[in-house]
Amino acid sequence: MQTTLDAYDTPAPPHLRDHPKHWRNRRAGHHWRNHDEEFDAAKFGMWLFLTTEVLLFAGIFCGYAVFRFLYPESWTAGSQHLDWWFGGANTIILLISSWTVANAVRCAQLNNQKWLKINLIVTLLCAAAFVIIKLQWEYIPKINEGKAPGTFFSYEFAQTTHEQLWWSLYYMGTGIHALHVLIGGSLLGWVLYRSWKYEAYGPTEYTMVENSALYWHLVDLVWIFLFPLLYLIH
Amino acid sequence: MSTAELSGSTHHDHHEGSYLDGPPGFWSRIWQWATTVDHKKIGVMYLFAVMFMFFLGGVAALAVRLELLMPIRTETLADGSTVVTGQILSSILGATEMSSNEIYNRAFTLHGAIMVFMFIVPSIPASLGNFFLPIMIGAKDVAFPRLNLLSWYIYVFGSIFGVASILMGGVDTGWTFYTPYSLTTDADHWRVVLMVLAAFILGFSSILTGMNFIVTVHKLRAPGMGWFDMPLFIWALYATSIIQVLATPVIGITLLLLIFERVMKIGIFDPAMGGDPVLYQHFFWFYSHPVVYVMILPAMGIISEMLSIHCRKHIFGYRAIAFSSLGIAAVSFLVWGHHMFTAMGELAAMLFSALTFLVAIPTAIKVFNWIATLYKGSIAINTPMCYTLSFLFLFSIGGLTGLPLGALATDLHLHDSYFVVAHFHYVMMGGTVIAFIGGIHHWWPKMFGRMYNEKVGILGCAVVFVGFNVTFFTQFIMGTQGMPRRYATYVDEFHVWHVVSTIGSWLLFIGFVIHFLNFVHSLIAGPKAPPNPWGGLTLEWECESPPIEHNFHHEPIVKHGPYDFDTVVPPHCDPAEYPLPERPEPRA
Repeated sequence: MQTTLDAYDTPAPPHLRDHPKHWRNRRAGHHWRNHDEEFDAAKFGMWLFLTTEVLLFAGIFCGYAVFRFLYPESWTAGSQHLDWWFGGANTIILLISSWTVANAVRCAQLNNQKWLKINLIVTLLCAAAFVIIKLQWEYIPKINEGKAPGTFFSYEFAQTTHEQLWWSLYYMGTGIHALHVLIGGSLLGWVLYRSWKYEAYGPTEYTMVENSALYWHLVDLVWIFLFPLLYLIH
Repeated sequence: MSTAELSGSTHHDHHEGSYLDGPPGFWSRIWQWATTVDHKKIGVMYLFAVMFMFFLGGVAALAVRLELLMPIRTETLADGSTVVTGQILSSILGATEMSSNEIYNRAFTLHGAIMVFMFIVPSIPASLGNFFLPIMIGAKDVAFPRLNLLSWYIYVFGSIFGVASILMGGVDTGWTFYTPYSLTTDADHWRVVLMVLAAFILGFSSILTGMNFIVTVHKLRAPGMGWFDMPLFIWALYATSIIQVLATPVIGITLLLLIFERVMKIGIFDPAMGGDPVLYQHFFWFYSHPVVYVMILPAMGIISEMLSIHCRKHIFGYRAIAFSSLGIAAVSFLVWGHHMFTAMGELAAMLFSALTFLVAIPTAIKVFNWIATLYKGSIAINTPMCYTLSFLFLFSIGGLTGLPLGALATDLHLHDSYFVVAHFHYVMMGGTVIAFIGGIHHWWPKMFGRMYNEKVGILGCAVVFVGFNVTFFTQFIMGTQGMPRRYATYVDEFHVWHVVSTIGSWLLFIGFVIHFLNFVHSLIAGPKAPPNPWGGLTLEWECESPPIEHNFHHEPIVKHGPYDFDTVVPPHCDPAEYPLPERPEPRA
């Protein structure tokens, strides 16, 4: 049976042994004293970046609060057009993907190249499922009914006057979130490509896996707040 | 030989050479600069880019002042026909379809937008900060060199959008893009969207610089350099970076919503659709008030450096100055409401007024400490010191005139008047720009390895100082008498003041031209600079002038504080020239 320690010692396949992108051959940048400090700094930088992301979404949440206060009826009426079943499905999908991406980081730390790739693939499939559900069962049918943002709003059966604002905020919030799903998916896709081709990530070199995973957790976290605010509160 | 190999080989060849050395051949050098990840080169590229923007914004400012040289009047001639006089801008441009009023609105918007988003926010941190932050903490580079280069390209990319908007006819919204006017003006045009997009893109460059600096200060300090051994410029940049990282994303989402508002009328800020324009103002100032401290804090850091070195005395109250930078950064997030006193309830207005006064405390702590540093120092009268003293005068006036604007009763009288304009310019130009120009002189020998002409520098400083006061002190007077801001014309009683102010703007222009020529002359024919022309103790004076590619020959070990002038002989300096003070005999 292969233990984690064995996995750590598993040598690189022959064609990658001297490849500069293989994780064993990576060296710290010239301005760093050692690899650990570079890793700490990269992770610190990522947390700072995530702070900016939280503040970016804070604008949307703040707008939501203000208009919920100003037009409570429109907000109630608007949220009743959303099917919590789809939102709930997407919540579960993102939670699963957060778990698999955390596993991917663990696999990189243990040099478990096979399961690193499997976890990344599952995460990417979840990302794809999220986007497909969002488009196929939410955005496209709603836009066809006229529940579209801004000038494209043409829904004739709106019960309250400011439902248009509700839809604007819904599309801005979930749209920017969906953009983040795509960016996070691209980052993880890049990680998958590099681990497939070069075994680029392992116990001493997993900065990119860790930081992409942190970004993915943020995507999940934002949705955890968007979902109840948009779908569940009436 | 491929380009990659070529740059790789130069990397090793010039390991010990100046960072300015490059491969032979014009295009190879261009390529070397365009792909560099060296913080010094990126700092220099930022310096040239922001200075170009300063020039563009300055031209717009001169245009604004020129139009105000004469009021616009409609006069009836003897034959009954009417003629409009005083339309200076439209007669110069020869534009028939736009009146001087409209051109004026565009000129002051361009001045504001360029100066704020493209010049003064990136100015000191991205140029001098980029160059000196790693050196002053003894590092070889910033934490993320490639992100640093990316931030420069994002800056250029964003600026191109801004300039494109100008070339397409400009924007007349004011630099604040207040809704609903910004939603309806030039409705059939893309130029408002382009300008807003430019500000949005520039935000990313600002965030990247801020993140880079925070991580660099935390992780790359040389052995022996604790937090309280850092030069005060680094403390100031650290506080600045915190504001940049925490405030910029909010303007990001605000401008993004504004773009969607323009493009597809989502209605969030549009009162016609039930949206809330005051919400826009809250969002906007939640960034744009903290960001004035992004503009001034690095300037305060430069002043702390220049003051201590050029009067050869330990800075007074090191920790007080360091903590006041952080204090200003913290309070900066709590005062945005003072831009909307009339759009909120009495209680909220009173709270914001009180919080605004809080800013005066850490700021005054700095000013008093600087003045205490001057006391009994051996003050060298050179260009950096002249600028430091100018800063102390002008910034104090600017800061103190902020108090009547923060007080509710007086603000009702003064708001949206020239008093606000003068206050803002005393802080931003009399503070930040003055410190920036002084800082460029201070570090010029280090950056380019050449000395500038001291007499010409002092002359330029004098002209700028006089020109500045002539331009803006008159505006305090006009403001208290009721001259509103952003108008292309005025009643006759203000005519004299406007003429004086416009003449002042020409003096300012002459002062900057003097500095520019001095710098060009220095680059071509200036004498070679010694490594430590001022006798400084911070780490950048231990490097060569200009520094080698990796800054230091060996990683420095910090053994003394940055301002220990009375116990340490400056590196590369003759001890006879910098004698340590004799210790007083212990009393019997």
